[in-house]
Amino acid sequence: MKTLSRILTRLGRGTIFLARTLAAIPQLFVRFGLVTKQLHSVGVHTLIIIIVAGLFVGMVLALQLHYTLTTFGAEDTLGLLVDLALVRELGPVVAALLFAGRAGSALTAEIGLMKATEQLSGLEMMAVDPIERIIAPRFFAGFLALPLLAAIFSAVGILGGYMVGVDLLGVDAGAFWSQIQDKVDFYDDVLNGIIKSIVFGFIVSWIAVFEGYDCVPTSEGVARATTRTVVNSSLAVLGMDFVLTAIMFN
Amino acid sequence: MSETLIKIRNLHFSRDHLKIFDGVNMDIRAGSITAVMGPSGTGKTTLLKLIGGQLTPDEGEVIVDGQKVHQLNRAELYQLRKKMGMLFQSGALLTDLNVFDNIAFPLREHTNLSPSLIRSMVLLKLQAVGLSGAHQLMPSELSGGMARRVALARALALDPMMIMYDEPFTGQDPISLGVLVKLIQDTNQALGLTSILVSHDVEETMSIADDVIILSDGKVVVEGSREEIERSGSAYVRQFVHGEADGPVPFHYPGEAIDELLLKAAK
Repeated sequence: MKTLSRILTRLGRGTIFLARTLAAIPQLFVRFGLVTKQLHSVGVHTLIIIIVAGLFVGMVLALQLHYTLTTFGAEDTLGLLVDLALVRELGPVVAALLFAGRAGSALTAEIGLMKATEQLSGLEMMAVDPIERIIAPRFFAGFLALPLLAAIFSAVGILGGYMVGVDLLGVDAGAFWSQIQDKVDFYDDVLNGIIKSIVFGFIVSWIAVFEGYDCVPTSEGVARATTRTVVNSSLAVLGMDFVLTAIMFN
Repeated sequence: MSETLIKIRNLHFSRDHLKIFDGVNMDIRAGSITAVMGPSGTGKTTLLKLIGGQLTPDEGEVIVDGQKVHQLNRAELYQLRKKMGMLFQSGALLTDLNVFDNIAFPLREHTNLSPSLIRSMVLLKLQAVGLSGAHQLMPSELSGGMARRVALARALALDPMMIMYDEPFTGQDPISLGVLVKLIQDTNQALGLTSILVSHDVEETMSIADDVIILSDGKVVVEGSREEIERSGSAYVRQFVHGEADGPVPFHYPGEAIDELLLKAAK
């Protein structure tokens, strides 16, 4: 009962915090430089891990699928399967998990340390709202960055699949691309994948900035908050992925 | 007797069921340096946060410049805070901005001054704290004393009516300490500020304080001018001011007597 009460209290705090953050977003369009700086921090700095992971995921997918498809003589559909797996599922989900580990944890640690070193209190006492100046730009940058990173992840993954499938395993290049062109639907597959990554971007960014803002302002508190960001974001992404998939591809 | 800038009446505040203030009353005179002292954990920093509206009391009121702090809405509270400076124990400088940008920060946020005017103002504030040569350094490149001087320059940026100092002398070498003492006194006199100085460092604090308030167990134990405190007959005040190891605050933490503990251990 006590645990339930604690969880509900925290959820309530998180919701009020989200409402205040969302209310601060319109002002960011006047001072977009704050968002650009954070986009560089959470987006550009996450690019390397997204590209490398995307490449390897695409390559492994091609290897595994080729092994199975050859038993049915259906290796020409390799491109299509790699593409659908990446665009519908792996792109948004794996990119979100990597984003939570790389950028989400960094956001929580940064905000938590700002709290521990009284920088957030300092802003308050300078009559500057930390939600407007610190939280909202970071939240909005994370929300914008993840769909872009997921798209890059999928694109690089398809290239990795091509390299392994066509260059290494000898699948016909024309069949690889034409199957994708013919069978992948923009609305049913690509757009649904983009919607997923937008939802994941919202969830991961919300959890990351809230955990930082709400953490106990000590070394241990910041460490716990950072861990919670990665664990809770990952679980929320996987759970929400099931819900979205059930709705979109029912 | 000059007018009162801050009035605190019947202040009650608890945190995690622990009573921190139990009916505190105090007046802080405009233009004075008021030292708030007391043992660790007695709520000195909490008092500053209550004055600044960062915490809300359970009961009672804090009136700053005629305004009841905890009845103000967010916009009114922010307007009041523009007239309050606060120097945090850690300095609380924004670590991603250099010294110049840290001091320019409140000016850029709250004024429409031209960049050239902001530059002149920032350099003058830095000159006042003796750090105009350090305007390009990052906070990580500053010593503790320098960081507090930069934080003081930032607190002065908007020309506030009052400044609250939270443990400004903690962990300072004798030179930095001397510089900070001089700066607090000089800025208070030169700018006609009201200063509230929370500190453990009795000697330095008493040397510049006009009024002294000593807190203990959630109450004001004694208050008065520096001379009155020095003349006070209270055993507690004597122990605190002279740093005596034993007295009303006992050396030994309350508990079982040592002979009983040793006997138990022998059994």
